[in-house]
Formats: sequence, C-alpha cells, structure tokens
Amino acid sequence: MRLSRLSRTTLGIVTGLILVIVYVPLFVVLVNSFSTSTSLTWPPPGFTLEWWGRAFQSAGAMEAVWTSVQIAVIATIISLVLGTLISLALQRFSFFGRDAISLLIILPIALPGIITGIALNNFFRTIMGVPLSIWTVVIAHATFCIVTVFNNVIARLRRQGTNLEEASADLGAGVWTTFRLITFPQLRSALLAGGLLAFALSFDEIIVTTFTAGSGVTTLPIFILNNMFRPNQAPIVSVIAVVLVVVSIIPIYIAQRLSGSEQQRR
Amino acid sequence: MTTHAPAPPGAPVPAPDRTHSPVPRPRRTAARAASVFLSTHPRTRLALLLGAPLFWLGVVYIVALVLLLVTAFWTVDSFTGEISQEWTLDNIITVLTGSLYQTVTLRTLGVALLVTLIDVVLALPIAFFMAKVATPRMQRILVIAVLTPLWASYLVKAYAWRSVLSQDGILEWLVAPFGGSTPGYGLPATIITLSYLWLPYVILPIYAGLERVPDSLLEASADLGGRTWPTIRLVVFPLVLPAIIAGTIFSFSLSLGDYITVNIVGGANQMLGNLVYTNVGAANNLPLASAIALIPIVIIFGYLFLVRRTGALDNL
Repeated sequence: MRLSRLSRTTLGIVTGLILVIVYVPLFVVLVNSFSTSTSLTWPPPGFTLEWWGRAFQSAGAMEAVWTSVQIAVIATIISLVLGTLISLALQRFSFFGRDAISLLIILPIALPGIITGIALNNFFRTIMGVPLSIWTVVIAHATFCIVTVFNNVIARLRRQGTNLEEASADLGAGVWTTFRLITFPQLRSALLAGGLLAFALSFDEIIVTTFTAGSGVTTLPIFILNNMFRPNQAPIVSVIAVVLVVVSIIPIYIAQRLSGSEQQRR
Repeated sequence: MTTHAPAPPGAPVPAPDRTHSPVPRPRRTAARAASVFLSTHPRTRLALLLGAPLFWLGVVYIVALVLLLVTAFWTVDSFTGEISQEWTLDNIITVLTGSLYQTVTLRTLGVALLVTLIDVVLALPIAFFMAKVATPRMQRILVIAVLTPLWASYLVKAYAWRSVLSQDGILEWLVAPFGGSTPGYGLPATIITLSYLWLPYVILPIYAGLERVPDSLLEASADLGGRTWPTIRLVVFPLVLPAIIAGTIFSFSLSLGDYITVNIVGGANQMLGNLVYTNVGAANNLPLASAIALIPIVIIFGYLFLVRRTGALDNL
C-alpha cells in the first residue's frame, strides 16, 4: 500500500491535533499552579509562587506521598513475584484450564474498578471481619498489578524460547542455577518494565483504593480528591499534579530505553 | 524456583571415557537432588509455579467476587445496620424494577458506548500514523507523547478538564469570541473527560496490533493492484480487529464503573458507580450495593463473551 502524500499529511495533522488536545489540559494545570486565582480563572489574573511553596510545606501532601510510595512498592514486589511465577507456568506448560487462568489474570483490570473495590470491601469487612487498613489496600493493588508484570514477562518468554535453558541443562546446570544465570537475566528488563507499570498503576489508583483504605490511610490520590473542591487547596492540587506529571517522565524514559535497546538487538 | 526447559531427564550424558573427562561429576547435595527431582517431574514444577499465584487470585479475587454475588441476596437489618444472612430476592427485584436504576443503567451504558466510539475514532488515525507512516525516530517520540499522559494521575487529568471546562476556563475564553460557550459540567463534560482519560489505553493496543501487520503484506496488496482504501479495509482491518476490540474492552469497562469523573465534571448526574458508592458508604447497604454492582458485571461478561472468539483477550 502506498499512501499518497496528501493522506500522509492529513494523518500527520490529525495526529498533531489530537496530541495538542491531549496536552492542553495538562498545560492549563501547569499555568494554574502559578495563578493568583483560586477558582480556575482563565486567563490567570496574575502569577505567584505561593502555591508551590505551600505545597512543599504541606504535611498532609508529604504524608500522602509517603503512604502511596509504601503501598506501591509492596504491591509491586508481590505482583513481580506472582506475575513471574504465573507467566512461567502459562508459557512453559500446557495444561487443562490454562485459558481460564489467563482470563482470571486479566479480570481484575477488565472488570470496572468499582467491582473489584466493592468485592474486596465486602470480603474484608463482612466476610473476614478484618478492619480496613493500609494492608487491605496493598492486597487489592497487588491483585490488579499482577497483570502488568504478567504481560511483560510472558511476552519476553515467548520471544526468548527455551534453547538457552536447554543448553544450560545439557551442560549440567541444575534448575536453580539455570534460573539464576539464564532465565532471570533474560527477564530482567521485562521485569523492570512490568514493575514500573505496576508501581505507576498502584500509585495512581483511586477507585479500588477508596473502597479498601482504612479511615486513617490517605494515599496521594485520596488526598488530591479530598482537597480538589476546597477553594484554598485547589492551587496546591495543581502543583501536585504538575510535579506528578514531571516525575512520571523518568519511568517512561527508562521504559523507552529498555524497549529501544531491545529493538536494536532484534 | 525451577527451570523450565522441557529437557529430557537424566541430563548428563554418560560418556564412555569418563576417566579422561576434565568435568568433575557434580556432588550430590540436597539442592542437586531437588533439582534432579524437579527436572524429572514437570507436573510438580507446574504445581510449584502455579500454587502461590492461584492461591492469591483464587482466594482474594474469585472468592471475593462470588461472595459479592451471595451478598446481593442478603439484607440489612434496618434497626442495627447489621447484615443479616437471610436469603431474599428483594435487592435484585428493587434493582431490576426501580425506575432510578433503569435510568442510571441506560445513562451509564450510553456514556460508556459513546466514550468507546469516540476513543476508537480518535485512536485509529494516530495509531496508524505511529505504526506505518512515522519514521522510527518520530515513532519513538510519539510513543512517549502518547504514554506521558497515561502516567499522569487519573485525578490530575479529570481535574485538568474541570479547569478547562469551568465557566471562566480556557475553553470559554477560546470559543466565546466565536459565539460558542463551554458545555459546563454535565454529561457532555463527563463523556469528554472519560474519552480523554482512556484514549491512551485504546491507542496502545491498536498501535501494537498495527505494528504486527507486516509491511510486506501491504506491499503485496499494492502489487496486486490494491489501492489504499481497499488495502486498509481488506488487509489491515481484519488483522487489527482483535487489537481494536482489546482497546474497547478497556474504555468500555473503565467507563462503566467510573464514579469519580462524574463527581468532578458531571454536575448532579449519577452513574451506576455513584449508586454503588452511596450504598456502600452513606447508606451502609452493602447487599443493595452488591445487587447494583451486578449490572456492570453482567454487561462486561456479556461483552467479553461476545468478543471472546475474536482473540481480543490475547491483545490486552
């Protein structure tokens, strides 16, 4: 298929336009974080650095960041372990019920967050009688983070094949040595990419979190939601939003580097 | 932990001239014995691999989902607020016959379908441009450009649209000179914001699907006289359809369960998620909330069942 010059340009323009629409709202938030108006007025009546100073001194915001980081780290570790195990099982074995299991893994993200949220809320509170805490959030987050690790690892396993592992076994390496020296190094960048995604997913999650967080647990999204509608806090929310977008560029850069170096190797 | 080479058991080849071999025989340790056992018992390997994840997903998730179903048939004691485990169909009947629930279900379904449609229409050209037109360098930049908003917080983006659509916001400022005005907060704002939120989730699977379409097929089609449009319709589209459907699963399902965006930009409108949320929190009626939650579950499973045969689930 040879695309005409016209259709190439049209596609390019459409792409550009969509990207502009994608970025304008984020740009508005950036500008609002410097605005003297607390009611989202455009164009801003004046500019100030007050909100930036206030945001970094806000104890509530800092605590919320710390809570979110803790939850995301633990949930990511759990999902890395479980996701790797299950992708090894599904990729290297064929057995009865394999399709059911792969459906089971995607279910927590295929079903709306509110379903996962209310199901776990009901499970913890009425069935188990466990009070909601930071740990109930971790369990919930790990459950829907497994799929991101699984997707990355199983794609890598599929591409890698088993030749090197067979060679390692033929040379007398035991199962553990082969995993440590052959399988794991091959999976490392897939694990990093999957782990980053899982971390981001957990860090950002709000719906399941509101249903599973105990009353004292304020993650960053919960903090943002609580403060969004307060006139004096709204600009601080803008500041946090800007910081989040800027910080998120780091994992994207790493993930890009990883997949980029892979493409060159191919 | 095990290796996964389906290598024939009894790996070391018994060489006839073992006495001359420089390779020493491995010492028999417990680890070695376990390793030999595992490599000769693939079913044990599988069981060890599957045990922990299946326990987690089974106990935490499936049991929770099943119990949610069960809870929908229980009731709440109106005096104590405690859940009494008496079997009743009241909640289901309320949800099926109540006009509030019917209206909200239709509204939610409409919003989810519209959002999905808008996202697919927007995602197709951009994914096509990324996969088949852009130079490799441009392609990388575009992937980053599409991914960055995905990593920006959900709330940040909803809040951004709250700023854009507000009465004194940038949209009003932009269109007022032309006699237009911002739609303000309401259902249109909800649809715009949800489409915006899920757009990257729809672009990425479609882009990945288009990437997998070999260029040689497109060239073959051109060589056989296929012009652009027939090639897209007859070659590209059937190959990418599973990926498109994979994308729609995201936008459809995420919209169906959303209640926060509609709180932020939706004005007084309610979606199914809001009804569930109120009944869990303020009204403290988990059985009724569970019964309402069954609506999106049934819809999503219906949709997954419909698209199961297209292979879309492998594209998620």
